[in-house]
Amino acid sequence: MPLSASSVIAAEGLGKRYRIGRREAYGAMRDAIGRALSAPLRAARRLTHGESSAEPEYFWALDRVSFEIREGAVVGIIGRNGSGKSTLLKILSRITEPTTGRAEVRGRVGSLLEVGTGFHPELTGRENVFVNGAILGMPRREIARKFDEIVAFADVARFVDTPVKHYSSGMQMRLAFAVAAHLEPTILLVDEVLAVGDAEFQRRCLGKMEDVSREGRTVVLVSHQMGQIRRLCESVMWLDKGQLRHFGDPATTIREYEAATLRREEGLGFGQCFNGWALADGGHTLDDTGQPFTIEIDTSLARPVANAHLGISVLDADDEVVVGWAFEPIALAAGRRVLHVSVPQLPVRPGTYRLSFALFDQGNNLTGGKLVEKWTAVPALLVDAPPVAHPQDEWAGILNIPATLSAPAEQRPGVVFAVTR
Amino acid sequence: MQVIAPASGWVPVQLGEVWQFRELLAFLVWREVKIRYKQTTLGVAWAILQPCFTMVVFSVFFGRIGHIPSDGLPYPVFAFSALVPWQLFAFALAESSNSVVANQRLVTKVYFPRVIMPMAAVGVGLVDFCLSLGVLLGLMAFYRVVPSTAIWTLPVWTLLAVTTALAVGVWLSALNVRYRDIRYTLPFLTQVWLFATPVAYPSSLVPEAWRSMYALNPMVGVIDGFRWALLGRAQAPPMTVAVSAAAMLALLTLGLFYFRRTERTFADVI
Repeated sequence: MPLSASSVIAAEGLGKRYRIGRREAYGAMRDAIGRALSAPLRAARRLTHGESSAEPEYFWALDRVSFEIREGAVVGIIGRNGSGKSTLLKILSRITEPTTGRAEVRGRVGSLLEVGTGFHPELTGRENVFVNGAILGMPRREIARKFDEIVAFADVARFVDTPVKHYSSGMQMRLAFAVAAHLEPTILLVDEVLAVGDAEFQRRCLGKMEDVSREGRTVVLVSHQMGQIRRLCESVMWLDKGQLRHFGDPATTIREYEAATLRREEGLGFGQCFNGWALADGGHTLDDTGQPFTIEIDTSLARPVANAHLGISVLDADDEVVVGWAFEPIALAAGRRVLHVSVPQLPVRPGTYRLSFALFDQGNNLTGGKLVEKWTAVPALLVDAPPVAHPQDEWAGILNIPATLSAPAEQRPGVVFAVTR
Repeated sequence: MQVIAPASGWVPVQLGEVWQFRELLAFLVWREVKIRYKQTTLGVAWAILQPCFTMVVFSVFFGRIGHIPSDGLPYPVFAFSALVPWQLFAFALAESSNSVVANQRLVTKVYFPRVIMPMAAVGVGLVDFCLSLGVLLGLMAFYRVVPSTAIWTLPVWTLLAVTTALAVGVWLSALNVRYRDIRYTLPFLTQVWLFATPVAYPSSLVPEAWRSMYALNPMVGVIDGFRWALLGRAQAPPMTVAVSAAAMLALLTLGLFYFRRTERTFADVI
C-alpha cells in the first residue's frame, strides 16, 4: 500500500514474530561457543540416527496488519493484553523491526511509550526536563523555550531545582508527562499513559491531546478506557491475537470489541446468562456519585433458577474490591429479563471501575450453591465526578466525600476537646 | 518519508543520523558526568587517586625493584605519563561495553541511533582524564621535566585513545546484549591489554623487528605519542603511529557495521 497524499502512515502486511517463552532470550557466550563446537557432532548424530533438529516455537505478536492513517486523524487502538497493540507502536516508532511487511511514515514520530524514560533520581527537575526532552527528540532550544510552560503544566515550579528523588511519585509522573506533552511531532504515538495521575491532571492531559489533534497533528493512542477512546478518537483499530479485527468508527468497533470480550469466567451449562449492563439513565458513566442510581443487568436464562443468589462487586483499577453486595435470594423464570439494582450512592474517586456479577442457584458460594455464571462486566463503569477530597493523589484515598472546616471566632477558654462516652 | 521494513544482512552505518542526534549525545554525556560527580563523595579525588596509586605501585615494583628502564626519565613521571591515557582508555572501554545493557529502559522505549550509547559512555571519561592530566603536569613540574614542544599534538593522541576505546566498545556493547558474560571477560581483557602496551616499560624494549606488529595494538601508538608529546622521549616513529591508527580504524569500521547489524534486535533481546 503506497503512501497516498493525505496519509501519514501506510502499513502493509506488518508482522512481528517472537520466539515462545521469554522474548528472544539472551544467553552466555560460553554456551554459544559450546553449541558452535558441538554443532558438527549434533549434525553427525542427526545423520546417523535420523533425528530431526528441534525447531524452536514461534508466535506472531503481530500478524499481517495493513492499514492507512490520514493526516490529522486521532486513531485509537484497542484490544486485550497481548493482542499486539504495543508491538505495533514499537514498530511504528522504530524501536523494534518488523519481521514481515513494511510501513511508510511521513513526518517526525514522537512516542510516549512510557513517560519518564531516562529520569534520574539524582538529577534535579530542571536537569531531567532537558535530558528527557532530548531523549524524546526535542531540540535543546525548543526545550528551553517551553521550559516554563512545562513546569507550570506539571505544577512543580517550586521544586525545579530539587533532585527528583525527593518528589512524590505523582509529581514525577506529572513532570514526565508534561515534558512529553510538549513534544511537537507530526505523529504522536501514545501508549496507555493517560491512566496515570489524579483525575484533574488526566483532564488536563486529555485537553492537551485534543489541542494536538486540533493543530492538525496525527495521534495514535492505545487505551483500555473506552470512554477516552470514544471521546478522543475518530476511528478505532481493534487488534485481536495480533490480527486487525476491525478498523472503523469508534461506536461500531467498540461495540464489536465489547461483544467479543464479555468475560464469562465459569458457568454450569446454562448457556449465557448475563448479556450486558447499563445505568438506568443510559450509558456507563456516572457523573454524580452522591445521587441514587440504578444498574440494569440484561439477563437471559435457559432454565428457571428457583433460588437465585446474585452477588455484585465493584473493583478498582488495582482489582481491589471497593464495595460488594449479596442480595436475598429470588426466583427467576427462564427467559430474558432486566434486573434492577438500586444504589443510593457510590462516593468513590473518579476513575474506571469494573463490575463483577455472580449468580448462584440453591445457596451462595459458602452454602454449597451451584454457580450459574460469573461475569466480569464490559464495559467498565466510568466515574466522572469532580474530585472533592485531598488534591494530592496519595492523600485522597478511595472515597470522594466533601468535608468543610470552620473555625468559630468565639471559643470557650480551657476546653479544647471533650470526649463523651 | 521513512520506510519501516525488515532489513537483512549487512546494512550501511548511518553516521548522518548520528549527527542529527548530536544534542542527545551531548545530553547523555552531561547526564553521566553529573551523576558521576553527584553520587561519589570522593568525586574529583577518585579520578586522581586511582592513577596515583597505580603509579606508586609501578614505581616501587617495576622502577625500584625491577629496574625497568624509563628512557632516562624519573620513573614516576614515565609511568604516570602512560597511566593517564591508559586510565582514559580503560574507563571508556568498561563504560561503553556496558552502555547498551545499562540503558535497557531507553532501548525498549525510545528510538535513537543506538551507537549513541557507547559514544556517550566514552565521552564521560574525558572529565576524569582532564583532572589526572593536571596532576601529571604537576608531577612533571615537581621532577623538573620540561614539556616538549610537541605538546600541541596531545589532542591527537587523546582522540586516538578515545576512538580505540569506542572501536572495542561498540563490539563489546553489542555482544553484551546477547551474551551477558562479556562483562566478566572485560577485566581480564583489560589486564592482558595493559601488559601488551608500553605503560610500565618503554616500547624501546621491544625488538626492532617486532615493532610494526607490536603497533597493531592501537594503544602502543597512543602511549608512545603521549610520551613523545609531553616528555619528548620514546619518539613516536611515523610507522608506529600509522600502523596503530590503521588498526584502530579497521577495528572501528568493522565494529560499527557489526553494531548496526545487531542493533535492530536489541529491543527484543535485551
